[in-house]
Amino acid sequence: MPRHVVARAAEIPPGSRKLVHVGERDIVIFNVKGELFALSDKCPHRGGSLARGRLTGVVTSSGPGAYEYTRPGEIVRCPWHGWEFDVRTGRSWCDPKRMRLMNYAVSVEPGAKLVEGPYVAETFAVTIEDAYVVVETK
Amino acid sequence: MMLDAPRAPVHEADADRRADAQARTRLEIIDGDVHPALRSMADLKPFLSPQWREHLEIYGSRRRSGFSYEPYPKSAPKACRRDAWPEEGGPPGSSLDLIRTQYLDAYGIEVAILGPLGASGNSELNMEFSAALVSATNDWQREFFAKPEPRLKASIVVPSEHAEASVQEIERCANDPAFAQVFMLTRTGEPAGNRRYWPIYAAAERHGLPVGFHVFGSGGHPYTGTGWPSYYVEEGAGHSTSCQTVVTSLVIEGVFERFPRLKVVIIEGGFGWLPALTWRLDKLYERMRSEVPHLKRRPSEYIREHIWLTSQPMEEPENRRHLFDTIEWIGWDRLLFASDYPHWDFDDPFRAFPAGIPRERHQQILSANARAVYRLA
Amino acid sequence: MSDSFRGAIDCDVHPRVPTPGMLAPYMNDYWRETVELRGIDTWEAISYPVNAPLTMRPDWRARKADADAASLAKATLDHFDLSHAICNCLFAVQGFRDENLAAAFASAANDWLAAEWLGKDARLRGSALLPIQSPPRAADEIERLAGDHRFVQVLMLAMGEQPLGKSLYWPIYAAAERHGFAVGIHAGSSYHHALTGSGWPTYYIEDYAAQSAGFHTQLGSLISEGVFVKYPKLKVVLIESGVTWLPPYMWRLSKFWRGVRNEVPWIDREPHEFLRDNVRLTIQPFDGPATGAQIGRVLDQLQSDDMLLFASDFPHWQFDGDDALPPGISASLRRKILIDNPLATYPRLGRPA
Repeated sequence: MPRHVVARAAEIPPGSRKLVHVGERDIVIFNVKGELFALSDKCPHRGGSLARGRLTGVVTSSGPGAYEYTRPGEIVRCPWHGWEFDVRTGRSWCDPKRMRLMNYAVSVEPGAKLVEGPYVAETFAVTIEDAYVVVETK
Repeated sequence: MMLDAPRAPVHEADADRRADAQARTRLEIIDGDVHPALRSMADLKPFLSPQWREHLEIYGSRRRSGFSYEPYPKSAPKACRRDAWPEEGGPPGSSLDLIRTQYLDAYGIEVAILGPLGASGNSELNMEFSAALVSATNDWQREFFAKPEPRLKASIVVPSEHAEASVQEIERCANDPAFAQVFMLTRTGEPAGNRRYWPIYAAAERHGLPVGFHVFGSGGHPYTGTGWPSYYVEEGAGHSTSCQTVVTSLVIEGVFERFPRLKVVIIEGGFGWLPALTWRLDKLYERMRSEVPHLKRRPSEYIREHIWLTSQPMEEPENRRHLFDTIEWIGWDRLLFASDYPHWDFDDPFRAFPAGIPRERHQQILSANARAVYRLA
Repeated sequence: MSDSFRGAIDCDVHPRVPTPGMLAPYMNDYWRETVELRGIDTWEAISYPVNAPLTMRPDWRARKADADAASLAKATLDHFDLSHAICNCLFAVQGFRDENLAAAFASAANDWLAAEWLGKDARLRGSALLPIQSPPRAADEIERLAGDHRFVQVLMLAMGEQPLGKSLYWPIYAAAERHGFAVGIHAGSSYHHALTGSGWPTYYIEDYAAQSAGFHTQLGSLISEGVFVKYPKLKVVLIESGVTWLPPYMWRLSKFWRGVRNEVPWIDREPHEFLRDNVRLTIQPFDGPATGAQIGRVLDQLQSDDMLLFASDFPHWQFDGDDALPPGISASLRRKILIDNPLATYPRLGRPA
């Protein structure tokens, strides 16, 4: 599984996001309270860019008139037609079986390790001092 | 936590899309529905007399729905795409620069027809103020959008509840090639074919201008014949009923018999509903012809000759075959592409169409049909 | 006699609309006197002008075929060799503004139907009229009739005061679900609002055409408000709606819902999935192409063989001769429409009358 260095970890602090390009793929990385998630950027519905989308919580319901709100910031809504995708899994909320975003394994690796390691540095040179975000594609 | 992405500069992906569009196939695109927006009411003030500037300041916009905006809160701010907010400020549709880079240039749009909503003046309770405001809106469209950008065509917004003033406004603007159509909304005070609106159709026909009916508006009635639905999802799904009222009324009242050269475009109502309505009207006409002796032809014939519909929102049945069947029943020549940029339920001219649509059909809807309807050159 | 309809259940026939004077004998002393004292001698909606062609097919009109149970039975049950026919009385009880007047007339109309129609022919069944002006009192009327199994449905209109999914109407659905009544929504308006969101159309043709828009709104309301989530066993029958409007409306509702789902998060499945479990349509009128050549493609959009229920809509003039079904329907689908689907929709049909 090819692994790509896409950003310095400091560029994606908690609560932020970054759009990166890995070959032909646009991938958006979200930092949700310190955890990183990498999703394909293009909405499977009509191609809107999820990097421009809005983060919300999960809204469920026990019945008409009831609204349960959990997991703040863990749903990304396409900026176009508003489809909801689970940031953790890439699955769409309204059609979980058929519509999902590809999600990618993502990790933070120390620069020291990467300087010696075999990973492709996509966008910039790697230095020993920093930590870097690494995305694994299929 | 930063829940929203920042406002839009020239976006990288738009540049990709530009290259993509040009490389793609050189499909020509005419867009029947793009929405310009005011940065604020101050944008209209240069086009209002001092009297109406003051009236606006003191009494504001007072529409038939009873609220300053829309009765149903939308699902996104200003009902717009979240990535269409200009970096310089103002709402989506207010920046000509962003309209150009994010949409016209990015997709290679040949022509886009503007449809002003919001405080355009159409649904104002005060008839004189309505007339002044629509005039200002028309001048604003021309000065801010159509004049600096030849790809954009304006629409003549009319104070439709005030037929005489509507005719005056059409006469004022009709000879200016910046304007491509007369603009009304689907919810009017009485159904659209009612005789009180006939002077508007006479003027439009006289000038060879189509009349576009865009969904929304407020005629002063609940949005349905059974009262007010609760939710925005119902309002959105229910727009087709207001379109059906327009088509039914225009046909049955004999508007097309009286104005045989009139062209009508139904904007932003989708189109899936038309075959069932057409079959229903034909059956009713066959059964009760004696009620409408002024009609000389079947409803389906009037519809086939006089009604066009924009393609947006594109219908999304699970089975693509159903979509193709529906378009066949309507007629491939009756659909006009529209994006509804920058609203959230926007249709991308390439991605909104079903896979497998023959290229010549796609091109037909993207621009060829529009050339038969709008005054463009 | 027509073999091909043998054993079918006709889910929409109309006794002649009674006058208030015909219902007065079924009222208590106060109301019976009121009807006469205040001169309440007519109460007719403009939904079916008496002499309009649609209102009665010419041959039925000539024979006064809707005048009483025997005539109705002869024209429908006997002629088509049906097993049952469900009577939907179109007395405009929904139009009253006074809920007390409405309740008195609703009960009287139901008792009149029971005595002069259902009691005269064992094959007849009926829908109960409700004083919808007061949903709790409507629920009371459902309770009152629950033990009379000849009533299989409660009847409401396509256009009323508020969209029918709203919670104020839920006592009706609770009572209906509890007792196995189907909820029938019939074409027509209480005229408490203009017929359209743009006011009053000029012609009767437009009034009748607009009814399908009423059904759009009611279906959207029932789904969006979560009525089928709250009352999962409820069966709603859309009666005299036109049928073919439904699939495109559902495409739109589903598409929009996907983008605004968290406005109505209690909708826990795609909107069209509620159709399979909770919504049925009577087949007349069927707004289809005149030639019938495309019937297969039109029906295919419904995506289900379970949804259509046979109905003649007697005595409204929806078809000629015995062409009570659109042409081109397969034999297996025909059987479902005529018999299986109605039986599955009206559980009270199976209970001893």
